[in-house]
Amino acid sequence: MDNLSSASKNQELLLRMEGISKSFPGVQALNDCRFELCAGEVHALVGENGAGKSTLMKILGGIYHKDAGHIYLEGKEVEIHSPHMAQHLGVSIVHQELNLMPHLTAAQNIFIGREPRAKIPFVVDDKTTNQEAERLFHLLNLKLDPTIRVADLTVAKQQMVEIAKALSFNAKILVMDEPTAALTDTEIEELFGVIKQLRKNGVGIIHISHRLEELKLISDRVTVMRDGKYIDTKRTQEVTIDQIISMMVGRTIYETAPELPEKPSEDIALEVRNLNRGKALRDVSFQLKRGEILGFAGLIGAGRTEVARAIFGADGFDSGEIYVKGRKVHINTPGDAVMHGIGYLSEDRKRYGLTLGMDVKENVAMAAMKKFLNWLGWVDFKKATTRGQEMVKALNIKTPNLEQKVQFLSGGNQQKVVIGKWLTADTEILIFDEPTRGIDVGAKSEIYKLLNDLVHQGKSIIMISSELPEVLRMSHRVVVMCEGRVTGILNAGEATQESIMKFATMRSEALLATAQ
Amino acid sequence: MKSETKTVQTLFRSDAMQRIMAFGALIVLAVGFSLASPYFRTFDNFVGILLATAVNGVLGLGVTFVIITAGIDLSVGTVLTFAAVMTGVFITNWHLPIPLGILGGVLAGALAGWINGVVISRMKIPPFIATLGMLYATKGLSLVISELKPIYFNDTPAFREMAMGSILGKIIPGFEIPNAVLIMFGAAIIAHLILSRTILGRYTFALGSNEEATRLSGVNVAGWKTAVYSLCGLFSGLGGVLMAARLNSAQPALGAGYELDAIAAVVIGGTSLSGGEGSILGTIIGAFIISTLTNGLRILSVPQEWQMVVTGAIVVLAVYLDILRRRRS
Repeated sequence: MDNLSSASKNQELLLRMEGISKSFPGVQALNDCRFELCAGEVHALVGENGAGKSTLMKILGGIYHKDAGHIYLEGKEVEIHSPHMAQHLGVSIVHQELNLMPHLTAAQNIFIGREPRAKIPFVVDDKTTNQEAERLFHLLNLKLDPTIRVADLTVAKQQMVEIAKALSFNAKILVMDEPTAALTDTEIEELFGVIKQLRKNGVGIIHISHRLEELKLISDRVTVMRDGKYIDTKRTQEVTIDQIISMMVGRTIYETAPELPEKPSEDIALEVRNLNRGKALRDVSFQLKRGEILGFAGLIGAGRTEVARAIFGADGFDSGEIYVKGRKVHINTPGDAVMHGIGYLSEDRKRYGLTLGMDVKENVAMAAMKKFLNWLGWVDFKKATTRGQEMVKALNIKTPNLEQKVQFLSGGNQQKVVIGKWLTADTEILIFDEPTRGIDVGAKSEIYKLLNDLVHQGKSIIMISSELPEVLRMSHRVVVMCEGRVTGILNAGEATQESIMKFATMRSEALLATAQ
Repeated sequence: MKSETKTVQTLFRSDAMQRIMAFGALIVLAVGFSLASPYFRTFDNFVGILLATAVNGVLGLGVTFVIITAGIDLSVGTVLTFAAVMTGVFITNWHLPIPLGILGGVLAGALAGWINGVVISRMKIPPFIATLGMLYATKGLSLVISELKPIYFNDTPAFREMAMGSILGKIIPGFEIPNAVLIMFGAAIIAHLILSRTILGRYTFALGSNEEATRLSGVNVAGWKTAVYSLCGLFSGLGGVLMAARLNSAQPALGAGYELDAIAAVVIGGTSLSGGEGSILGTIIGAFIISTLTNGLRILSVPQEWQMVVTGAIVVLAVYLDILRRRRS
């Protein structure tokens, strides 16, 4: 870390992009953008959602074709027509949504498309494939079995496989599109270890992230984009996070949540007793008070989402009891959960939260369709439109009109539509799973404010989050999970990042023994 | 110790478990029918089951590849008919030498498969629709080419001998297993090697597991997909030749519905319709389950209509067991 500031001085310029423009039907995605990268440099690329970061990188990766501009690799101008060509030129991208084949092994994934061949035509040399993968893992200081199926790896390890794959192309430029979005703090540390190793080998790294704190830790320079335009490039050491944010949003705001909501009442809104499901959930018990935000912290795979899905009736469970307002309830389907006033906002909004191809008002009405039916059983669109308008106004959803298909909204506005949907269904208990994942800074603080408003109105909220600062700022109490168990429940006052991590890594002895 | 645990885990998690269950089911069926009827356990009946499996087994081989890519091929039954008719045209009408006629029949199937592949991968027509189109097209073509009449191979007894004779019987007297059965097992071994050892096999799994990722890895997705459907057509062609040889005639109206048996065999064998998983061994076991069931029920005088009902139930049950197993792990 000490020599970060000197990393890009007097170093070989690997990449220069100039005057890059790109438009899609109806949108000018990029307008006269530039970017440069030196060997051995970690260059952060930041901007709100829709600022054009991913588009710029997809042009570099040969996935999109630029309308105008020039790309120079090591001083020579190049035209990158395809992902294949980008790889040959030494540009590799680790995409936000991992591009792996879950049914194939780690080694098979790394060498897909260029399998080492045996002497017989068309036959794959699996031994060499595995050895080569092993060698790559060794270069990255990773302990990983090349013959393990990718589906059986954690997200973090899958990402390492992607990086090993990128490395195997002798990549000179590695683009990482939000590599830490799904990782926990320890995993991020591991990733940063790998990045440092790569940088030592002279690889230039472009790092796209919404987590600005981590940019300070890992990057040499930072380039800010906004609305498809290049804003500025700064040495990371010379700017503050607040300065970066104000460049991103074009105005000065602070990435701070509103004041912690006032103390909840003592009424119990939801109680879960001894919930069990296979290995995923073991004896999970907790209480949620009315008007409370109960944070759920833990590593990926700790079972937080599983708890949420079990309460919501999405997965079912083997044993355990759920009480809503003191009354025992039987929840076997999401429909039951909604009936008992429980709403679930999935971490994967696009897959589980929204009907992307439908418009704003239809999505808002979706969970409470019955309310919008007239006496013939037809949907009363006037009613739905009125409700949609109310929600757009109340939640400050930025959409040209109610007939806009939600797939064209930004991440933050999509999240607001999901919230509007559950508010329409009049749910008293809302479970937010990673509510701010992939959402830009400005929209984040709006979501926080919304959560705050909701508990003021007497709603009770379970908030699952992998961002510890968010959990600490936004919860009255924090439930920490590890390997399907609740390992600790902390009050906001006594919780710190350290204490949460201690509980989050509290593996049981018995489990450790079987794992070995 | 560690590797042992891993092996056990792998066994329970992977589709190997489905194959073991399928194999167990086959044994249970065979033992059950043997106890129920003395005729079932005769050698002749055993040969009958093998022979009944041969064509469906060969068809299933190609379908396995297609389903692993998360695709489907509805045309294998009528492509089989088409290949049989073409073989008849080549051997009986054109008097080509038998080996050439066989090759022509197999290639006719491969051609149909290739067209499927091109339509699916280049024109981006969903496999269900593309192969449904091929189903109708080959059904019609078979009738047109044969002028609605069976083509017999009466002048070329060697053609029938190729499938129905028994090389094994000559080596081991009394062990008269028809060549068609050996051909099926030979084709299965080749298919297994292609699936597990070659790039075509690797890309078959990759396509079914994550097609977009495969494309972004620089793999010529359209080309390999076409290859998979061509291979499926080729196996259908081989099935057609075997069928023609067994019946000593190319029957232009036979073959429709065979695709369902083939798909059923593949699914019972543990190949996932959502792609990325599957095996040749499973398909062969699946094909045997279907033919053993059909054979046994017939011996027990269960009407053919009810045999179909049972087969249908078995297919659904097999998939349900697979879902239960996945949910647990």
